[in-house]
Amino acid sequence: MEAVLLRARGVPDSRVIATYLAAGGYEGWKKALAMAPDAVTREVTDSELRGRGGAGFPTGRKWSFVPKDHPGPRYLICNADESEPGTFKDREIIEHDPHQVIEGIAIASYAVGAKTAYIYIRGEFVRWARILEEAIEEARRAGFLGKNVLGSGFDLDVWVHRGAGAYICGEETTLLESLEGKRGFPRLKPPFPAVVGAFGKPTVVNNVETLACVPHIMTRGAHWFASIGRARNTGPKLFSVSGHVNRPGVYELPLGVTFREIIYEHCGGIRGGRKLKAFFPGGTSAPIMTAAEVDVQADFDACGQAGTMLGSGGVIVLDETVDMVEAAANVAHFYAHESCGQCTPCREGADWCKDVLDRMVEGHARAADPETLLRICRFSSSGMTICPLGDAYALPISSMVNKFREEFDRRIGTSTPLPQKKLPVLPWAGPRPGFGV
Amino acid sequence: MSTRPLVAARPETIAEVTFDATLEERIVDLLRRYPTRRAAILPVLWLCQERYGWISPGVIRAVAQRLGESPAFVEGIVSFYTMYYTRPPARYVLQVCTTLSCAYCGGKELVEHLKGRLGISFGEKTPDGEFQLIGVQCLGACGGAPVVQINDDYYEQLDIKRLDGLLDELTGRR
Repeated sequence: MEAVLLRARGVPDSRVIATYLAAGGYEGWKKALAMAPDAVTREVTDSELRGRGGAGFPTGRKWSFVPKDHPGPRYLICNADESEPGTFKDREIIEHDPHQVIEGIAIASYAVGAKTAYIYIRGEFVRWARILEEAIEEARRAGFLGKNVLGSGFDLDVWVHRGAGAYICGEETTLLESLEGKRGFPRLKPPFPAVVGAFGKPTVVNNVETLACVPHIMTRGAHWFASIGRARNTGPKLFSVSGHVNRPGVYELPLGVTFREIIYEHCGGIRGGRKLKAFFPGGTSAPIMTAAEVDVQADFDACGQAGTMLGSGGVIVLDETVDMVEAAANVAHFYAHESCGQCTPCREGADWCKDVLDRMVEGHARAADPETLLRICRFSSSGMTICPLGDAYALPISSMVNKFREEFDRRIGTSTPLPQKKLPVLPWAGPRPGFGV
Repeated sequence: MSTRPLVAARPETIAEVTFDATLEERIVDLLRRYPTRRAAILPVLWLCQERYGWISPGVIRAVAQRLGESPAFVEGIVSFYTMYYTRPPARYVLQVCTTLSCAYCGGKELVEHLKGRLGISFGEKTPDGEFQLIGVQCLGACGGAPVVQINDDYYEQLDIKRLDGLLDELTGRR
């Protein structure tokens, strides 16, 4: 398909505003400013754009939940926390085309009536935070941001806000807590951010890629956008492909393409001529799929019907050499580290899974281990946690146990007893100066 | 691309820190962006880390006082997020990604090699204070696996040879 979100990739000086303007940049913003905010939201609703951050919620509907009669300020947040393992698409957009994101932020802010927007970017992305700040400054000087934008009477400030290392802050209510200067503890919903969001005010949180779609919808129309992909799964989508493929990277393809096409045509198949064993379709929080499921379509509904989810579109490909118990232990380590600690099933469960899987990897599996893992996961994914991180570790780990059960059982057959009871000891980083310890 | 060393941590900031006029000006500029003072905690801590090299107990108290929070609240932030240095860091902090795609595309081998070459484990510094090794979770650059972040910079598609060259270059510049 024609490159839309990645059209600037490979263009010289693509980040500079002059290049962006020459390619028709900020026309969507001008067009939006001439329309009523509701009409802008309607256009996005008609495009059937669904959130690209992971949940796939219809963007126009999210915008429409912001109360019209609210007297105080409202906020628009661009979620650039990109931390789902296997996902690196937002960075690609910012690297090549930061103005596309800023234009999307401007249009979205206008539609929901926000005069202040924040870009919450993960702390490690120092380079990309700087790129965004430079682009914001350029846009402000060109009159696309700031007071009385293009003589419309609409004011808009955009600020970059850096996180400081916490996966959980990509979850929208956690992001809001973090933005407010607190620890990253998710909030209970309802109330939803559209009603009570940042600083207690109505707030819309959209992913970078979602917002990057918006200028194109404005200039080329909802009908054009909806003609890409398939029904209810419209538009171009960025797939971040990593792992055992010949050509890992970010690919822009219409929703509805099959995983076979992504892996074998675009990414050149499996490295070293080996066989595909399994893949995560949308980051490690999505249940794993086996090689037999490679013909499933990569979109929200098809993945849902296949018992998994498209998530962020982070496809992690694993070849036949991968040991599933080891892979599961790796995944468990991630979630055990990233659980915020607020809810017991997640805090204790992710850590438990990690301990059991580590023990299995070390050769000391017990007969009850696979069932123990499944039991922990069932408990954690039964709606007993505030945010989806409880599901995010439990569903992939239980899918790995269920789909590759024989590998977990084989570990029991070859297991040796633990030489002695090992107590978990945290690595000590040495004395912390100033604390007398 | 050349990674600059981190600013040397100022151990004298353990006890007390006074923000100078330049820093104060930047804090005021940050405060304009948010409706509450509390929201500026993360950005102000970033400023302080840039300036003092680490988040010392003195920095925590100064930030708390400036923003009208208790030191305990600020300490809660500093300890929750992983990127604030609560101990003086080495000149070069090597953060090696250990998550799935990196682990399976050469990351495990990089980790073993680094531990051997530097003679340290995760969380430790070399005795000369030059390098510090941290095993981190997904850096969001999986297409370039294996990935190592050195201070602020990402290095991707690394292998042992390239990484060795990189470390040689960093140590040689002293």
